Amino acid sequence: MAGEGDRAAGGAVPAISLRGVVKRFGQIVAVNGLDLEVPSGVCFGLLGPNGAGKSTTMRMLTAQALADEGSISVLGFQLPGESKQSRLEMGVVPQLDNLDVELTCRQILTVFSRLYRVPRAERAAAVQRALEIANLTGRADTIVRELSGGMRRRLLVARGLIHRPRLVLLDEPTVGLDPQVRQELWSLIDNLRSEGVTVLMSTHYIEEAERLADTVAVMSAGRIIAQGTPAELVAAHAGKQVLEVYGPPERLAEVSALAAGNGWSSRRSGPAVAILRAEDLDGAAPEGVRRPSNLEDAFVALTGEEIE
Amino acid sequence: MSAVSESAGSGASGRRVGRLEPAALAGVMSRDVAIFGRYWKATTFSSIVQPTIYLLAFGLGLGKFIPHILHVKYEAYVATGVVATAVLFSSAFPGMFNTFIRWQFQRTYDAMLAAPVDTEELITAEMLWVSLRAGVYGLAPLLVGFFFGLQPEAGMLLVPLIGFVTGFGFVGFGVTVAAIAKTIDNFNYITSAVLTPMFLVAGTFFPLSNLPAGIRAIAYVNPLYHCVQLVRDASLGNLHTGDLGHAGVLIVFALLMWRLAISQLGRRLID
Repeated sequence: MAGEGDRAAGGAVPAISLRGVVKRFGQIVAVNGLDLEVPSGVCFGLLGPNGAGKSTTMRMLTAQALADEGSISVLGFQLPGESKQSRLEMGVVPQLDNLDVELTCRQILTVFSRLYRVPRAERAAAVQRALEIANLTGRADTIVRELSGGMRRRLLVARGLIHRPRLVLLDEPTVGLDPQVRQELWSLIDNLRSEGVTVLMSTHYIEEAERLADTVAVMSAGRIIAQGTPAELVAAHAGKQVLEVYGPPERLAEVSALAAGNGWSSRRSGPAVAILRAEDLDGAAPEGVRRPSNLEDAFVALTGEEIE
Repeated sequence: MSAVSESAGSGASGRRVGRLEPAALAGVMSRDVAIFGRYWKATTFSSIVQPTIYLLAFGLGLGKFIPHILHVKYEAYVATGVVATAVLFSSAFPGMFNTFIRWQFQRTYDAMLAAPVDTEELITAEMLWVSLRAGVYGLAPLLVGFFFGLQPEAGMLLVPLIGFVTGFGFVGFGVTVAAIAKTIDNFNYITSAVLTPMFLVAGTFFPLSNLPAGIRAIAYVNPLYHCVQLVRDASLGNLHTGDLGHAGVLIVFALLMWRLAISQLGRRLID
């Protein structure tokens, strides 16, 4: 059976491997020749604008969407045939809240401890541990409907961790959350990585990827267009410095034209025009504010898309 | 690759994973049990009140004019017939509505399919739970019937089993309808055009023997008719070899609907 040899090799096996994966929905090609390898033990960020194919990729990793072409393996198991084995050892935190609103936190966690085959004798302890992860021990017997949005999201994460998975998929883990809840989840994800759990996180928040991910892959139109550490991506695609020129709309149009004329890479950034690789500009550079380049600059340079 | 994998799996779990694993079925059903814990009072209330109303309306009302049907006291005739009605409504409706709501609105099925549970296990477990419940609640009309003069009979112990098999078929029917329906409103077509006539032309309230041959022929392919006959014969101590035919129809119906539900809903749960 395929993959048997890989598994015996142990640590060398990537946690996730996709080769030439294509997924179509009718006329729409959601994933278009995706190659991706996530090594064991890292926090891997899949960064891309809405519609880039991130959620479809996540669903293919649990065999809830089947690839039309290409091969996928997760934890050494070939999908879709061996998907159930891989799902035993991975946790999934979906983008959309799919908690059972009629049940209590404890009931939901207990049901999932069974679905994930936690042995009977260990279930109560696993549920308790998950409640602690979610910081919901005081709300264990509260019905989900009565929880706040932040509590629900923490419960959603804890549900995916009930069986101490080796691999965790987080699909847009903090979308729509207020800053404080986002911080809580970030420290939770950071803890996972320090425990050696492999994390694959899709996000369209630059800051999230920059703070948490060891490696970032930028996804656009269904494929990976760049990959590296956040620092590498910034250096390679946005240089060291960005020059931001502020002014009235006419001035901004003028600066954009100047940048285009000189072949400088620039973009509108809110009330300013941002010129990338400002460290290379000669005396012709307009007056403005210089700041270090960041992942957002690299992302926009790569995808041509503005994001939040 | 075969769904029944002989692979020993990787070292960490070392677990064999096959089809229809009991642990997966139990996990899915444990969720149903937890939900049932919230609703059992309402469910029990309606399962007692409904046959009571039927028996009051038909038994006391119509029974005054029709004391016996085919030598059976009319109240006993209705009480045994209404078992099938109870089974039908407590299986076909959850099959349609619960499936649609959990799949489309609450995304519960999405959550469970991300765990090591496949569509066959998920759908089978949901069907098992609904039909077990339907089998148990199928006894309610008999309990109510005792107050209307129905006599206890050893054969009544078979009623939960008959209700289970019938319920398994009808919940599968409901799941299939939910899988095909575009919106939840489409269930109205099924309720009015399929389920209502089915429950009237099943020998529940009146025998089919005087109906025109064409309608009788339709009744014979109505699984509910076979459920009514079997329940009535078992409950009135009239079981005979002919009942094996009724049982056979119900078993075939249940198996067909099981596979149909899995094929129809299964391929819609996976993109």
